[in-house]
Amino acid sequence: MAKNGSVDRRDFLKSAAVTGAALVGGATGAAAQATPQAPAAVAPASAPVAPRETDPSLEGDIVTTDRPGGDFMVDVLKALNLEYVAANPGSSFRGIHESIINYGNNTAPEFITCCHEESSVAMAHAYSKIEGKPMAVLVHGTVGLQHASMAIYNAYCDRVPLIVLAGNSLDATMRRPGVEWAHSVQDAAAMVRDYIKWDDLPWSLPHFAESTVRAYKIAMTPPMMPVMIVLDGGLQEDPISEEVKPRLRIPKLTLTAPPQGDAGAVAETARLLVNAQNPVIIADRLARTPAGMARLVELAELLQAPVIDQGGRMNFPSQHPLNMSNGGRALLANADVVLGLELTDFWGTVDSFRDSLVRSSRPLTKPGTKLVSITAGDLYMKGNYQDFQRYPEVDIAMAADSEATLPSLIEAVKRAMTADRKTAFEARGKKLAEQHANALDRTRSDAAYAWDASPVSTARLTAELYNVIKNEDWSLVSASGNTSNWERRLWKFDKSYQWAGGSGGAGVGYGAPAAVGGALANKKHGRISVAIQGDGDFMYAPGVWWTAAHHKIPLLAVMHNNRAYHQEVMHVQRMGNRHNRGVTRAHIGTTLEDPFINYAQIVKGMGVYSEGPISNPNELGPAIKRALDVVKKGEPALVDVVTQPR
Amino acid sequence: MKNQFLFTFAFGWALAVVFAWGIAVASAAQQQTAPAQQQNAPAGNAANGRKLFVSFGCYQCHGYEAQGGSAGPRLAPRPIAYAQFMKYVRHPTNEMPPFTEKIVKDSELTDIHAFLRAQPVPPDVDKIPLLK
Repeated sequence: MAKNGSVDRRDFLKSAAVTGAALVGGATGAAAQATPQAPAAVAPASAPVAPRETDPSLEGDIVTTDRPGGDFMVDVLKALNLEYVAANPGSSFRGIHESIINYGNNTAPEFITCCHEESSVAMAHAYSKIEGKPMAVLVHGTVGLQHASMAIYNAYCDRVPLIVLAGNSLDATMRRPGVEWAHSVQDAAAMVRDYIKWDDLPWSLPHFAESTVRAYKIAMTPPMMPVMIVLDGGLQEDPISEEVKPRLRIPKLTLTAPPQGDAGAVAETARLLVNAQNPVIIADRLARTPAGMARLVELAELLQAPVIDQGGRMNFPSQHPLNMSNGGRALLANADVVLGLELTDFWGTVDSFRDSLVRSSRPLTKPGTKLVSITAGDLYMKGNYQDFQRYPEVDIAMAADSEATLPSLIEAVKRAMTADRKTAFEARGKKLAEQHANALDRTRSDAAYAWDASPVSTARLTAELYNVIKNEDWSLVSASGNTSNWERRLWKFDKSYQWAGGSGGAGVGYGAPAAVGGALANKKHGRISVAIQGDGDFMYAPGVWWTAAHHKIPLLAVMHNNRAYHQEVMHVQRMGNRHNRGVTRAHIGTTLEDPFINYAQIVKGMGVYSEGPISNPNELGPAIKRALDVVKKGEPALVDVVTQPR
Repeated sequence: MKNQFLFTFAFGWALAVVFAWGIAVASAAQQQTAPAQQQNAPAGNAANGRKLFVSFGCYQCHGYEAQGGSAGPRLAPRPIAYAQFMKYVRHPTNEMPPFTEKIVKDSELTDIHAFLRAQPVPPDVDKIPLLK
């Protein structure tokens, strides 16, 4: 019995369990005296029948507690400085839910109400990339986790840390009949264990504290990934027992220093880079922190080497003279050394693949080109899901974090440099700067094609959006759908938070919640969060726009509304032509028409300012400007634009 | 399955967009066929060509105005020479799916080529403030 006269459910459970065991023993004894085959229910009337197990009546007894386990769980979340926990409410975590909003005063973490678990996770995914630290997600037992699973997979593929807290009810005798059984599971993490880094099922509150701190540490160690802690309902709801209270402590969190590349491999890489005539640096998920971009700029400028930014993170300023992201294949054809930094697919970077009836591939580099890979991905790989891509035949492979390795590589390059090479680098740099300027001019000229077209060209869409935000402190939090990459080609990105990469696993439905999650991270910094929203992506879980309205998350989104799952149209067309049946029916199952979807009306119904659909390009700029005015007041806004396919 | 398709395309795009963009630029440059070389092209029906450009799904990769994008290069206003065009559509050497005679008649391709030739040149980029 707890003080205040409140019932200590755990003590109660203990006594109930002992009583229950005794009863079972009694029943067994009774059954042994009875006919073995006879069911207990038809035991002879003369035999001593154990009473059917019943819960003791609580009538007139103490029925409250002022210190449930969930309160301590909140202490742990607060100690980890988790700002938000996103969730669609579920009874399997009702204990910690109540502790967050009452005991924790709904602050750090603040409960973010979501309409789908996929949205909760994708929000946390994008938040983490903008803010540089994990966000927590609560998911309901079984069905909530099932809803969340695709988004967890995206985060896993994208090597992004987030903390998944999953409700569950372990003690079968304490489950409410019906739904709670359907939502309980022996091993909750089993359904996502292939694509999380670590999980645990704490049996006590001290265990919860230790495992949650450990989970945070593991998630933040490159390669970063989601982790999961399963929360037993009893542990959340039961009073903290007197026996446990002295053992409650939150362990110190010390993040693991990211692994750096082997010194010998770093020196050899530096030698190759310094002596190369045409080195190429390619970065994908390199920049974990703002330091990542600064270090890559330093290395590139030291070598006057071109950089191809594949866009997994904000790796390199888009209009830096050495940014040659627009000229990848020509660079690779002439390269003698290729340095890949956290490449998702090294093989696919240096090889082309043709998706025709007979699939074929060929190298894009010349024979003898030295390939160097630095990636933390080599440190942790699983077998079932195949996101690891084809095996790359590189010359130097460092299983290390690129951002952490760059300082030693920069120093090694400095040591290996000679005056002659420095002169050669300067000449190379001038040539590259000229190429970069020419490429930018070509990009602008290309954007002029179909400038006045209706549906609106994707170049016009992105140019109109940029024109409205370019003098603000902006952050492009999400770009779903495919705009032919115009934003990355036309806009000046030079801050670490201005780009957050993609979904990772290409699981569609990421774009909308990622935009809201990224905007949530930007909110306290006062940045203008913008998103280019694909229409097909939007329809997976549009309820996240209600979340944005409810929590007053400022976000300016323009719909890239090409009225189709456009990529699938092309795939079906490809099949139709390959099978010599034509493409005239390729719209079946791939387009979003008849009726067209009115996205402005959808979000308006959720309390969001909206305009559109807009088909006239000349109406676009003023509409975006009006939407920006709303966003500046701290609210979300959406402008629906009917667009060209790409 | 849909997501799998999307993965293949979107992921390929994500990784290769910089390269694809390089190709698009190069291809666009190669397509600047001088008017003199188009003199042998049959007249065709440009208005019908525009309709066919949509109904055969060409716009899905190349855009409604054949302006090009990440999925397919720019085709207009100065398309590749007629003979080369007719040959490439039947036997493409890159990612484009083949369009056989069973799917698109020669006369229809002629109309599409006429549509491409008839597309207006874009406005001068220096006169578009947003692109300066």
